[in-house]
Amino acid sequence: MVLLVVPAVGAVTAALVRHDLAGRIAGTVAAAVAFLATLPLPIGRGTRVDTGPALVPWHQVDVAWVPSLDLRFHLGVDGISYPLVVLTALLTLLCCGYTLWRVPDPGRGRLLVALLLIIEVGILGVFLALDLILFFVFFELVLLPMYAVIAGWGGPGRRRAARMFVLYTLLGSVLLLVGLVTVVGAAGTADLVQLTGTRLGTGTQYAAFVLLAIGFAVKSPLWPLHTWLPDAHTEAPTVGSVILAGVLLKMGTYGLLRVAVGVAPDAAQGAAPVLGGFAAAAIIVGGLVCLAQNEVKRLIAYSSVGHMGFVLLGIATLQPVGFQAALVGNVAHGLITGLLFFLAGAVKDRAHTGELAKLGGLRETAPGLSGLLGFAAVASLGLPGLAGFWGEAFAIVAALRTGGAYWNVLGVVAAFGAALAAAYLLRLLRRTTHGPASPAVLALDGPRLSAAELVAWAPLVLLIVALGLLPALVLGPGAAAVDALHGVVGR
Amino acid sequence: MTALLASLPLIPFGAALVGLLLRGRRLPAALAVVSAAATLVVALSLLSLERLERTAVVADFVDIEVTAGVRATTATVWVAVTVAVVALAVQLYSVAYLHDDERYAPYAAQVSLFTAAMLLVVVSADLVQLLVGWEVMGICSYLLIGHDRRLPEAPRAAVKAFLVTRVGDVGFLLGIALLGVRVGSFRIDTVLAADLPAGTRLTVCLLLLAGVAGKSAQFPLHTWLPDAMAGPTPISALIHAATMVAAGVYVVAVLYPLFAATPVALTVLGIMAVVTMLLGALAATAQADMKRVLAWSTVSQLGYMTGALAVGVPSAALFHLLTHAAFKALLFLAAGAVIHAIGSNLIADAGGLRRSMPVTFVVTTIGLAALVGVPPFAGFWSKEAVLAAALHEGSGIAWVVYGVGVVTVAVTGWYATRLWLGLFFGPPRASSPHEPPALMRGPVVVLAVPAALLGFVALAPDFSARLGALSTTGPSPELGHLDAAVLVPLLASAFGVALAWLMWRRDPAADPAARLPGRGSFASAFYLDAVQDALVTRPVLAVSAAVLRADESGVGGAVRGIGRGSRGAGGRLALLHRAPMPRAATAALAGALVLGVGAVVLRAVL
Repeated sequence: MVLLVVPAVGAVTAALVRHDLAGRIAGTVAAAVAFLATLPLPIGRGTRVDTGPALVPWHQVDVAWVPSLDLRFHLGVDGISYPLVVLTALLTLLCCGYTLWRVPDPGRGRLLVALLLIIEVGILGVFLALDLILFFVFFELVLLPMYAVIAGWGGPGRRRAARMFVLYTLLGSVLLLVGLVTVVGAAGTADLVQLTGTRLGTGTQYAAFVLLAIGFAVKSPLWPLHTWLPDAHTEAPTVGSVILAGVLLKMGTYGLLRVAVGVAPDAAQGAAPVLGGFAAAAIIVGGLVCLAQNEVKRLIAYSSVGHMGFVLLGIATLQPVGFQAALVGNVAHGLITGLLFFLAGAVKDRAHTGELAKLGGLRETAPGLSGLLGFAAVASLGLPGLAGFWGEAFAIVAALRTGGAYWNVLGVVAAFGAALAAAYLLRLLRRTTHGPASPAVLALDGPRLSAAELVAWAPLVLLIVALGLLPALVLGPGAAAVDALHGVVGR
Repeated sequence: MTALLASLPLIPFGAALVGLLLRGRRLPAALAVVSAAATLVVALSLLSLERLERTAVVADFVDIEVTAGVRATTATVWVAVTVAVVALAVQLYSVAYLHDDERYAPYAAQVSLFTAAMLLVVVSADLVQLLVGWEVMGICSYLLIGHDRRLPEAPRAAVKAFLVTRVGDVGFLLGIALLGVRVGSFRIDTVLAADLPAGTRLTVCLLLLAGVAGKSAQFPLHTWLPDAMAGPTPISALIHAATMVAAGVYVVAVLYPLFAATPVALTVLGIMAVVTMLLGALAATAQADMKRVLAWSTVSQLGYMTGALAVGVPSAALFHLLTHAAFKALLFLAAGAVIHAIGSNLIADAGGLRRSMPVTFVVTTIGLAALVGVPPFAGFWSKEAVLAAALHEGSGIAWVVYGVGVVTVAVTGWYATRLWLGLFFGPPRASSPHEPPALMRGPVVVLAVPAALLGFVALAPDFSARLGALSTTGPSPELGHLDAAVLVPLLASAFGVALAWLMWRRDPAADPAARLPGRGSFASAFYLDAVQDALVTRPVLAVSAAVLRADESGVGGAVRGIGRGSRGAGGRLALLHRAPMPRAATAALAGALVLGVGAVVLRAVL
C-alpha cells in the first residue's frame, strides 16, 4: 500500500511545488522511498503449502472499494510480481534522478517527474492488483501520462507518435476490458486469487483468452501488433523510452501470464501453439528488421520486439521452465534495454543525430560512453554470464522440452534469432564505436560521462552482471509461484 | 582442492574486473602479470590431482536445475597449466609489445577475462557453466581482434570472428538444451552417465559439433580464423595456441563417451578433420603475410586434433593440443618479434634475418621443426601419436584420416620451410633489424623449452592413461610407442622440406610460392570467403532489408490504413449528420419508426 501512496504523494508534490528543481528533488525522494519500501517485501513470506490455493500472495491488502458493484481494492505481492515491482521502482528512481541532472526540452522538469511518478503508480498497481477491475484501472492509468510524456518532451515527430501510441494501445485496452468483463461476468467474482484455479466453461475461456491475449499482445508488443513501438520509442525523451521499454511493456507479458493464463488455462493450452508461432516470428522479424535499421533508437526499439518474443515464447510453452525464463527474461530486458536507451539518449544528445551513418568512432572521442554501449549491447545479445542469457536460452530449453516437431522447430528458430541478435548488435557497435570518428562524433558535446549519468547507470550495470551470475535472484522468489501456476495449467 | 580449482578461473576474472576500472600502464601491467603468475602457480599446485567433481545448484527453473562447480582429472590440470603458461607469456610479452598503446589497460583486462573464460571451460562441471566460458571467450576474441585502431580491417575481422562462431553456437546451444531436456540435468557427470536413445544422441552430437566447428575453426566454419590476424600478435598467440581454438577439441574430449557411442557423428567429425587439415595446409603455402601462414597452419593442425578424436583416441588429440599450444604460441610470439623489428607483416619484407636476430632465428627454427614434426621436437611425438592411432584403428574414415594426414605432413614441411627460408635466409631487405626487448624475448625463449622437449613426456609410463582419463574410464593406447610405420610421415615431411628448399635454391630472392601450381586458389583458400559471402551474408542482408520494408509499409501501413479508413468513415458519417432541416426531420422520424417496430417485433418473438 505504501508503495502506491508514496509515489502518488510525490507526484502531487512535484507538480504543486513552484520551484522547478525543488519539485524534481521532492519527486526523486518519493521515488527513492518507494524503491526502499519494495526491498523488505520478501520478509515474512509464508512457505507455500502444496494443497493450498494456486495464488498465495506474500502480503496483501483487501478492502471494499465499490461495495455496490462488489469491487474490492485487493493488492498483493508474490514471487511472480515481486521482481517486476522492484524493477519498476528502481527504474523510476533512476529516471527521476537522471531528470535532476538533465531535463529534456522544453524544460518544466517537475511536471515530467510528476508524470513519471503517476506512471509508476499505475505500473506498480498493475503488478500488485489482485482484482481484475482494479487491474484494468491501473492498466489504463498509465496511458495518458505516457502520452503526455511523449507529446510533451519528445522529438520532432512526437505528436504523431504519441497519438499512434494512445490509439493503438487504447484499442488493445478495449479488447482487454471486454475480456476481463467476460471473465468477471462468467465467474461472478473479479478476485484473482479465487479465479486462479477455478475452471470456467470452455467457450468462456476461449473467448476471454483470445480477447485478453490480443489486448496484452498489443502492450507487449507481439508481432504483428508492434508498429506503435518504434515510433513511440524514437520520439520519446530518454526517460520515457527507458520506462516504456523497461517496465511498461512488462505489463503485457505479466498480464498474459498472471491473468490470461491464470484464469483461462484450458484455452491457453489450446492457443499456445499459435502464440508460440507468433513469438518465434517476432524473434526473427525483429532481428531481421534490426539488421537493416539505420537509426539507433529505432534499432533498440525493434530489438525489444525480438526480446519480448523470447519472453512470450517462454510463456507459450506453458512449462514451469518457460515461465521462469519469461520472468527472468522480463527483468533482464528491463535492465538491459533501460540501459541501452539511456546510452542511446546520451549519444543522441551529444552528437545531435541518431543516424548510424553519421555516427562512428565513438571509442576515439568518448571511450567511457562507447565502453558502456559495448557492454549493454553484449548483454542484449544474450551473452552467457550476463542477465540476458537466462531468459533466452531457457525459453529455447522450454520449447524443446515441450517436444514435438512443431515446438522443436520453434526452438531452432529462436536459437537462430539469438544469432541474428548478435549480428545486429555487433553491426550497431561497429557503426557507432569502431572506425574513424565521424564529424558528428568529433563535435561531441562533452564526451566525458557526467557523475549523474554514472550514478544512474551504475546500478543497471551491476544488476546486469549480478543477475547474469546469479539468476537465482529472480528465479528463487519465483519458483514456488510458478510451480503453483503451472499446477493450474497442467490440471 | 575444490577451492584451488575454482580459483583457476576466479583469479584472472577478478583481475579482469579490477583491470577494467584502471587507467594508465604500470598498475594494470602489474595486476595482469601477477594474476597470470598466480594462476600458473595454482595450476601447478594441482598437478597431483587425480579426479574431482563438486557441484552446487545455482539456478532453479522448477523442472530443471543448473549447477555450477568444478570437475577435473589430471589431464584437466595439464590443459590448465598450458593455458596459464601461454597466458603469462602473452601478458609479459604484451607489456613490451604494446608499450605505446594508450588503451593498454582495457587490453590487459580483456586478456585476463579471456584466460578466465578458457579456464572456466576447462574446469566446468556443468554444460551451462561451460557455455558461459565458451561465449565469454567469443566476446573477448571480438574485443581483442578489434583492438588495433590503425587497421581498417580489424573491426570487420572482429565481427566476423564472433558471428561465424556464433552461428556454430546456435547448434551448440541447441545441443546442450536438448541434452539437458532429455537427461533432466546439465551436470556433465549426469549427462555422461545417462542412457540416451541413439537418435537423440546423434542429434545432440551433430549439434554440438556445429559449435565445435565454429570455435575450433573446422571446415566450413574456419573462415574467421585467418582474418583474426588483424588482432595484435600476442592475441593471435593466445587465440591460436591454448584458448578458443583448443576449447572445441577439449569439449569433445570431455564429452567423449557421448561421441564414442555415436559412430556417425565420429565419421562426420573425421570428414571435417581431413578437409580442414589439407585445406589449411594448402592455404598456408601461398600466404604473403607471415601471420596468415601461421593462422592457416593452426587450422590445419586443429584438423589433426579432430582427426584423432574421430578415430577414437582422444588422448592423442589432447597430446597434440598441448604440444601445439607450446610451439604455436612460440611461433606467433617470435613472428611478433620479427614484425616488431621490420615493421611489416609480409614475408617479402623480411629476409636474411638470421644474422641480425639470432635468438629469434633459433627459437623460430625450434618452433617450425616442432610444427613439421622433426624428431625429437614436441610436434613429432604428438603428430606421430595421431597418425599411429589412425593407422591402428584402420577402418573406413581412419584410413582417410591417415592418408590425408601423411599428405598434409608433406605440405606442412613445404610451407614451414618456405617461411623459414623467407624470413631468415636470402638477401636482407629490412634496414637494421634488431632483437626485441628482453620482456618480449624472455617468454619466447621460455616457450622454446616445451616446444622442443614436451614430446618426451609421452615416454612417461602412465602418461597416456592420465590423458585418456579425461574422456574414458577404459585403457588408453600408448602414445610414445614408435615402430617402423613412423618412417612414412618422416619421409613425407622430408620430401616437403626438400622440395621447398630446391624450389628456393633456384632463386633465393624469389618466393617459392610464386611457382606453385594453383597458387591463386591456395592464397584465397579456395574462395570460401566469397562463397560464404554469397550464400549467407548477402542473402541475410537482402532478406532483412526486405523485411524492414515489409514491416514498415505492410504491417505498419495496414495500421495506418485502418486509421485513415476510420477517419474517412467518420468524416462521411459526420457529413451525413450535417443535413438540412427537412431531411434531418425525416431521418429522425424514420429512426423512431424503426426502433418502435423493432421493439414490437422483438417482444413478439421473445
